[in-house]
Amino acid sequence: MFRNQYDTDVTTWSPAGRLFQVEYAMEAVKQGSAAIGLRSKTHVVLASVNKANSELSSHQKKIFKVDDHIGVAIAGLTADGRVLSRYMRSECINYSYSYESKLPVGRLVVQLADKAQVCTQRSWKRPYGVGLLVGGLDESGAHLYYNCPSGNYFEYQAFAMGSRSQAAKTYMERKFETFTESSRENLIKDALFALRETLQGEKLTSSICTVAVVGVDESFHILDKETVQALINEFEIAGEEAPANEAAPQDQGGDAQGGDAQAGAADQGPTDQGVAPMDI
Amino acid sequence: MIVDSSSPAPAKNSLLLSSGADLQRTQTPYVTGTSVIAIKYKDGILIAADMGGSYGSTLRYKNVERIKPVGKHSLIGASGEISDFQEILRYLDELILNDSMWDDGNSLGPKEVHNYLTRVMYNRRNKFNPLWNSLILGGVKNGQKYLGTVNMIGVHYEDNHVATGFGNHLARPILREEWNENLTFEEGVKLLEKCMRVLLYRDRSAVNKLQIAKITDEGFTISQPYSLKTQWKFKAFENPTVGAEGSW
Repeated sequence: MFRNQYDTDVTTWSPAGRLFQVEYAMEAVKQGSAAIGLRSKTHVVLASVNKANSELSSHQKKIFKVDDHIGVAIAGLTADGRVLSRYMRSECINYSYSYESKLPVGRLVVQLADKAQVCTQRSWKRPYGVGLLVGGLDESGAHLYYNCPSGNYFEYQAFAMGSRSQAAKTYMERKFETFTESSRENLIKDALFALRETLQGEKLTSSICTVAVVGVDESFHILDKETVQALINEFEIAGEEAPANEAAPQDQGGDAQGGDAQAGAADQGPTDQGVAPMDI
Repeated sequence: MIVDSSSPAPAKNSLLLSSGADLQRTQTPYVTGTSVIAIKYKDGILIAADMGGSYGSTLRYKNVERIKPVGKHSLIGASGEISDFQEILRYLDELILNDSMWDDGNSLGPKEVHNYLTRVMYNRRNKFNPLWNSLILGGVKNGQKYLGTVNMIGVHYEDNHVATGFGNHLARPILREEWNENLTFEEGVKLLEKCMRVLLYRDRSAVNKLQIAKITDEGFTISQPYSLKTQWKFKAFENPTVGAEGSW
């Protein structure tokens, strides 16, 4: 993106009808580490890559519980994300207090989007530099929404944001039709696979990622490291192959790399890990 | 001469009152409705109430509708100060309106409305300016039946059958004996009429003109007003003064 004379204020339009400050805010989201979400009819899974600055420091917290039935994953300016999470928690608890029932996810995201929009129309404010993946359950089912700094929001079956998220999106684009009927376990596995795509060959371990689940009879919670590592081991041992709902053949034998087993998508570059143990 | 409005409720005849806030606290009700009774039945909720508005001991208004629909899923029945009930209906109207304006397929069910009312009633009580009502909130949403009550001090609970005022003393014992969860509509109406008849005989503020309302997943109906048959031909009522010297 090039600097120009219309990008100083959020309240200045460019001649082409763009608000550059808002677009720059969306860039900030793209610079954050990856976070993905996917949903089935009964569950929503959020997962994020947690990189620490150095070995000495702790990881950034990117997934927040908002209420028993809603959780959010963020990418971008984590401080902005924290503040918005607090707002969401506050809205949920106020609704519960007045109505003794859960705030519908759709209403929460609209309130969030309206809050973001305000920052695009005040000269003394700046847009929030964080993208939010809101996953939750309510009377009308499981929902996954993406809220961006522009104040727009969309509902998704699956979504990825942050750096190298395109790789995860590509993986999910191939498989999203199976997600609706997916079981909880397969949904989590798909999330881990998608997350792995964003790692560019780096090894996926539970110490660099966070996974959270919410479901029909399951409050939103973050899975502990042991559970996540067990799931990672389970599918990594199975090689590059995706879980049961993929028709990939078992008999690869002399076939090309494990990368090809994943329906031969050419843009699988990052996953050519060369660690496929079944490549005998 | 200025009275600090945070002081406790002043005496009624206080000449020191100059702040408007104190003048607006409800001290006594004026036009009141008597009992409301309600039960869960097989398909939903049934609520019964008479149409009387008493002015103290005078049975002054005889066409007061004390049961009203709230949104798509609920009915509210009220006893106590009628003007406060009308105010509550305005609050609820605004609540339902704002809920509809989201236009997102979600809607407030009876449980949410009941809880909202509880908050309103309790908060008013804490400010020493209660809405002088006992309310019954019943409804059905997604096949789930709900029946609750809340009164002017904020006491609230749910049950399979509820009543306000005298209904608690005269109707609920009957309901405890004869209610079951598989009542048909006809059985439910008959049971409520039995209770209303007892109230008619024994409650001074009752009038013989009632409405029974029903709400199910399909929607609500509030009946046209009608009267109950009463029986006064008891031997003891004939020549009542026969044993009393000097009586007429």
